Amino acid sequence: MAEMRYREALGAALREELRRDERVLLMGEDIGVFGGAFKVTDGLLEEFGERRVRDTPISENTIVGVGVGAAMTGLRPVVELMTINFALLAFDQIVNHAAHIHYMFGGQARVPLVVRMPQGAGHQLGPTHSHCLEAMFLHVPGLLVAVPATAADAKGLLKTAIRDDNPVIFIEHESLYGVRGEVPGDEEHLVAFGRARLAREGGDLTIVGISRMAVTAERAAATLAGEHGVQAEVIDPRTLRPLDLETILASVRKTNRCVIVEEGWPHGGVGANLAALVSEQAFEDLDAPVHRVSGADVPMPYSKPLEDIAYPHEAQVIDAALAALGVTAPAAAGHVDGAA
Amino acid sequence: MSGDPASSAGAEPARDGAPGPPTGSAPLPPREDAREWLATMVLIRRFEERAGEMYARAKVGGFLHLSIGEEATIVGSARALREDDYLISTYRSHGHALVRGTPPENVMAELFGRVDGCSRGRGGSMHMFDASRRFMGGYGIVGGNLPIAAGIALSSDYRGTDEVTLCTFGDGACNQGTFGETLNLAALWRLPVVFMVTNNQFGMGTALGRHSAVTDLQHKGEGLGVPGMRCDGMDVVDTYAVICEAVERVRSERRPLLVEAITYRFRGHSMADPEQYRTKEEVAQWRARDPIPAFAERLEDAGVLTSEQREAIDTEATARVDAAVAFAEASPSPEPESLYDDVYVLGQTVRGTYSVLTTDPAAHPSQADEADGATDEIPQQMTDALLAGEDASLRGGEAS
Repeated sequence: MAEMRYREALGAALREELRRDERVLLMGEDIGVFGGAFKVTDGLLEEFGERRVRDTPISENTIVGVGVGAAMTGLRPVVELMTINFALLAFDQIVNHAAHIHYMFGGQARVPLVVRMPQGAGHQLGPTHSHCLEAMFLHVPGLLVAVPATAADAKGLLKTAIRDDNPVIFIEHESLYGVRGEVPGDEEHLVAFGRARLAREGGDLTIVGISRMAVTAERAAATLAGEHGVQAEVIDPRTLRPLDLETILASVRKTNRCVIVEEGWPHGGVGANLAALVSEQAFEDLDAPVHRVSGADVPMPYSKPLEDIAYPHEAQVIDAALAALGVTAPAAAGHVDGAA
Repeated sequence: MSGDPASSAGAEPARDGAPGPPTGSAPLPPREDAREWLATMVLIRRFEERAGEMYARAKVGGFLHLSIGEEATIVGSARALREDDYLISTYRSHGHALVRGTPPENVMAELFGRVDGCSRGRGGSMHMFDASRRFMGGYGIVGGNLPIAAGIALSSDYRGTDEVTLCTFGDGACNQGTFGETLNLAALWRLPVVFMVTNNQFGMGTALGRHSAVTDLQHKGEGLGVPGMRCDGMDVVDTYAVICEAVERVRSERRPLLVEAITYRFRGHSMADPEQYRTKEEVAQWRARDPIPAFAERLEDAGVLTSEQREAIDTEATARVDAAVAFAEASPSPEPESLYDDVYVLGQTVRGTYSVLTTDPAAHPSQADEADGATDEIPQQMTDALLAGEDASLRGGEAS
């Protein structure tokens, strides 16, 4: 084990897979000479050269499409989109082609493509640069969606994503890049898709945290234990598709209460989907409605005080947990329980 | 040489949308090739006519875009390719599958939505595919195939081969963002792609001059670093000559070219097109340059083809299309149980719930994987497959 930052763990995964498999190549805006907008790919151009680490023009839809064509013909491209906001320009290639080619051509072609990108608010970047869009990718059959919250998972999931034969949307979080964690040094440290991480055990309620919100949920659980005597079980699904629903349901059957925390919007969100699944499949085990904590149902404002209340923090998770336990009324903040 | 735009000025339509005079200057290919080209053009024509009939009889669903009138463009360009070159097309792609050798049976079965279709009934008219013949697909989104073509060419380069990718698209696609993005990137990375704009004079129902500020499309890539050429897409021999020159230049120089093929579709954009955007006179003028009789007559005049042989080609094409329809009729529809097949490549690292709904809970991937006792380890067979695949792909193996 070695302690490293989330960004370094991602870089290590890329370096190891580039060394291991010559079919792996990287493409993206400013990933080479610049070293990556978030320095994930720093040093890779120097080690692997321009054939395998390719700076691209600012042409998101085409970069992803090039990755699709290369993947269909035997390569294993990893495309970096500078942020998830720019993935919106690439939705045609991601949805119509990356996701559907295997099915639409009757299984004749595979698209072993990884599209990496960070998401997240909190840096005062306003409405166009603060998105959390995992729900949009989760919506599309044919895509796998990974949302690592720790450095170890960032590395292990990325290595698995590169080796998988399906297109993988790999969603990192801007606010996690500098966070340190213990990461196995083993070059075969792989984290399987569809296997949730039990971040904290507890018997009183289940908190499911998506992406960075897994970290926020862990902090909230510590406070719940220390200040309220509540033992929350915290589950980080790690991948949204495939989803380790069994682990979540097993926890809900034990605790009988469930809170889902995500940074994205409430309507049609990951939490909405998961709440439906839990309600459908564990209704008899629930002692309270499933509670959701989500980003506010607004474009992300620039002003710091507004931005701060437009995505969830520890306090909102604690409020929702206490509400699910019937200790207090649900908080009135705009982003709890699907406002508007 | 017809590759020189100046000498193929006859291919350019007059400003009123009427065709220019025939080019007819390129030399004929060897006798057997000439007959095969004609036979393939006739096969595509008869196939498309029958597809239209089957559509009218509701045997074919969805949209149906026919390429009647464009056969010389299709055959002349595809015959300039080697077997290990790639062809990638649009939603008007029945002819591209046929010209690459996909049996008409499988193309017709795809139109019928049957299991023996070349995309197993999942794609339909707009999404033909035949990996074994390096026909890399029809694509339903205008301009959507250009980036994929660049990716295929990148792969060819990366694997150290001299394969070339021929990417066809319509005049309408030249206005898509992917046109500018992909030509720029392909020129920047020196990717071996021949971009061929099949200028059939209309983006759906909007005439070229009403949808593109630059109507001399061969020049539309120049500002992006991609030089252009033009061919007479109504003349299979001229098309072949120009595309051959383009392919060989791209193969040796490792940089993309744009070729504009001037052609015309005789039928509507799709079967649901009342054709109010053009006159009957204009269509008649272009039909007078129908590429199939023009080529057949040239072959007869040159003593390459007898009228009996010409008739036999037609009879055989009709018979093959008859057989294709019979085959498609007899091919079963996909079983309902197959609905979820091939959404994902299963059985590797992934487990868990993929889909909320399946027709058969017992076939649910998560349950199958649970039963296997999936672990955090990558199964050994996957590692083996990866190594085998790596070997194959870096030797220039087939599309996986």
